[in-house]
Amino acid sequence: MLTRTEHRASRMAGLAALVAIGLALAVPIAVLLSHGGASELSSSQGDYLVQITRFTLLQAGLSTLLSLVFAVPLARALARRPEFVGRRWLLNLFAVPLGLPPLVAALGLIEVWGRNGVANQGLGLLGAETPFSIYGLSGILLAHVFFNLPLAVRLILPALERLPPEYWKTAANLGIGGLPLFRLVEWPAMRRTAASAAGLVFMLCATSFTLVLVLGGGPAATTLEVAIYQALRFDFDPGRAVLLSLIQICMTLVVMLALKLMAATAETGDTKGGSTSRPDVQGGLHALPDAALIGLGGLFVSAPMVAVIVSGLSADLSRLLTDTLFWRAASTSLAIGLAAAALSVVLASFLVRGRYSAGQNPGSPALGLLAGLSGAAGSLTLLVPPVVLGAGWFLMLGGGTGQLLAPLMVIILINALMALPFVMRVLEPAHQNTLERNGRLAVSLGVVGANRLKQIDLPAMLPALATGFVFAVALSLGDLGAIALFGSDRIVTLPWLLYQKLGSYRTADAAGLALLLGAITMALMIVAEKLGTWNGSAYR
Amino acid sequence: MTQQPAIEFDGVVFGMGDLSAEFSFRREAGSVTAILGPSGAGKSTLLNLAAGFLTPASGRIILDGRDITGLSPSDRGISMVFQDNNLFAHLDIRTNIGLGLDPSLKLDTGAWTQVDRALERVGLAGFGKRMPGTLSGGERQRVALARAFARRRPLLLLDEPFDGLGPGLAADMLGLMLEIRAEVGATVLMVTHDPDEADAAADEILFIARGGIAADAAVAGFFERRDLPDLQTYLGSTGNN
Repeated sequence: MLTRTEHRASRMAGLAALVAIGLALAVPIAVLLSHGGASELSSSQGDYLVQITRFTLLQAGLSTLLSLVFAVPLARALARRPEFVGRRWLLNLFAVPLGLPPLVAALGLIEVWGRNGVANQGLGLLGAETPFSIYGLSGILLAHVFFNLPLAVRLILPALERLPPEYWKTAANLGIGGLPLFRLVEWPAMRRTAASAAGLVFMLCATSFTLVLVLGGGPAATTLEVAIYQALRFDFDPGRAVLLSLIQICMTLVVMLALKLMAATAETGDTKGGSTSRPDVQGGLHALPDAALIGLGGLFVSAPMVAVIVSGLSADLSRLLTDTLFWRAASTSLAIGLAAAALSVVLASFLVRGRYSAGQNPGSPALGLLAGLSGAAGSLTLLVPPVVLGAGWFLMLGGGTGQLLAPLMVIILINALMALPFVMRVLEPAHQNTLERNGRLAVSLGVVGANRLKQIDLPAMLPALATGFVFAVALSLGDLGAIALFGSDRIVTLPWLLYQKLGSYRTADAAGLALLLGAITMALMIVAEKLGTWNGSAYR
Repeated sequence: MTQQPAIEFDGVVFGMGDLSAEFSFRREAGSVTAILGPSGAGKSTLLNLAAGFLTPASGRIILDGRDITGLSPSDRGISMVFQDNNLFAHLDIRTNIGLGLDPSLKLDTGAWTQVDRALERVGLAGFGKRMPGTLSGGERQRVALARAFARRRPLLLLDEPFDGLGPGLAADMLGLMLEIRAEVGATVLMVTHDPDEADAAADEILFIARGGIAADAAVAGFFERRDLPDLQTYLGSTGNN
């Protein structure tokens, strides 16, 4: 509970954060709209737009389909085998792509699935005539499955593990197995989660930028986001960029509304260490199909990461580490990451506090609106993808390549907004907990206002704040979306440097950089995760 | 007269070292045995071994003269009722019972009639199309008994089935269980923690303590015994008698 003065302060803070976010979103969109009026649509341009939109939807649909088609049987196999050596490891491995910078993953995928990669050598031995192509639609699909298959598995598996152990005993007792068990018990349990996972995966694939930029390109394999980037960066055709941006916003809006209608609750639940035993499942040779599926899944996800490590280690790391450009990029990345994370955590704290305060007074419609908007602010940033945001600011800054400070601010702002939904998800429960625990006591002791913030709320929320901050730094460090538009000789970040090395076929340098970038972000993710569990256990 | 036992545990060992459990006993057809003992002593382990959810390290389990130790749970001739979650919550009552007759639910009209008759038997005629969530806890346990009734397996395993139903309802259910047992001609092993329930329903007792059978006796006069320290502790700590 809060005092009147504190309520007022909390609501002001929440409102200020909302206004700031609103401006950050509205200004670029207004700029886009004002530019949009100026452009005329020729029929060839119309064809181009239709083609790009169709490809965006097609690749997102196919990516979703492929991810789910493999995730459902894989989640089922993992649920059927609750205890095997390395199960916990495998599930942790499946969490890695979520935090891996897409550019690093793309490099690993190219190592494994490229023309001279292990996969094609294997396919050649098996007698495949045409090698698998990592570029174009097939490569984009492969990369999206690499990122989203593990995500979908981690979303779906808890739905099976949540079922009461008596179900499996009854199934064993009655002899329900194989297809009937899948049809009657397992699929009904997975269906809802699988549907919401599909929605989430579709959203992620429809707005994926980096993977399509690296593996796609060319008119035949370009998505809206990449087309926006190309329109601004190569052709300087603001009109086209604006149209593409508007289509993109409409598309994400429709997808998000559809997700809301499905009441999607795509939360990665607790995947237990397999405490539920499965007496209905036989061991021995019967375990072979499950083992094969789990093994292939693990191989598919781990191979690109191993490839990044192997090729990175064989690169000339010492030369890379003495390169001044590397250190410039690293310090720029770090500075951007720290600033973006700080901004994101401040915005999220204001929103969370304001939302809590406004939510305490359910009667007032104005406060209800404030609470609702503060909650939606996180997803609003998903609605307008970074490249679209960047496009608006890019046009406002008039190309932006010559300047230094303004583009940097924009990059920081975009990265902060990108991290906002994640940071809010960490802060909200911690804040709720703190106030529930200490709220009444603090007010009864008269420890209120700034004193309460300093003595009680901030210390209690420190682990959550740290988790959110570190996570935001990691997210920002791996991002190519915002820097892609503004990157120049003067502003170089690690992903930007890596992208340039890739573009100029400095493969060895790229491999070394990818290893370094991947290692840094992974280390940060692990720190965030550790802080998160510490945070969780501190409240138990 | 030596009758062939309906169920026999012959030196059945589960687990290793300090956590191991060993059971040997035999029961005649149609008998009702209450399995009692402190929690963690191995009551559920015994039941899970009989059901085939756990595999013994050594020993044999024999049902009606047939060694079932290596058989899968569904091939053993066993029906089982748990304390909770006996029914798949997303399938209606008829389907839940029908699965007891054929695991892939390929039932002819005769089988579906059997399902309806089983529902009638437990006093739930007309409940077939309802979902488990719309039934009370007692009604759900009745459905579980109806499934056991329809399956007509020689061994009925009950794992604290009427716990948490309230004393009156539990007594009713116990009566229904005994009737069904008699009509099917099944042998019953029932885990319970309620000495009164054991007194009311069972002929015999298996008292489990520290991973073994501490006492194997008739129910009559069992709870008055003073020669079993484990029983004293058990009864004292539960507050009964």
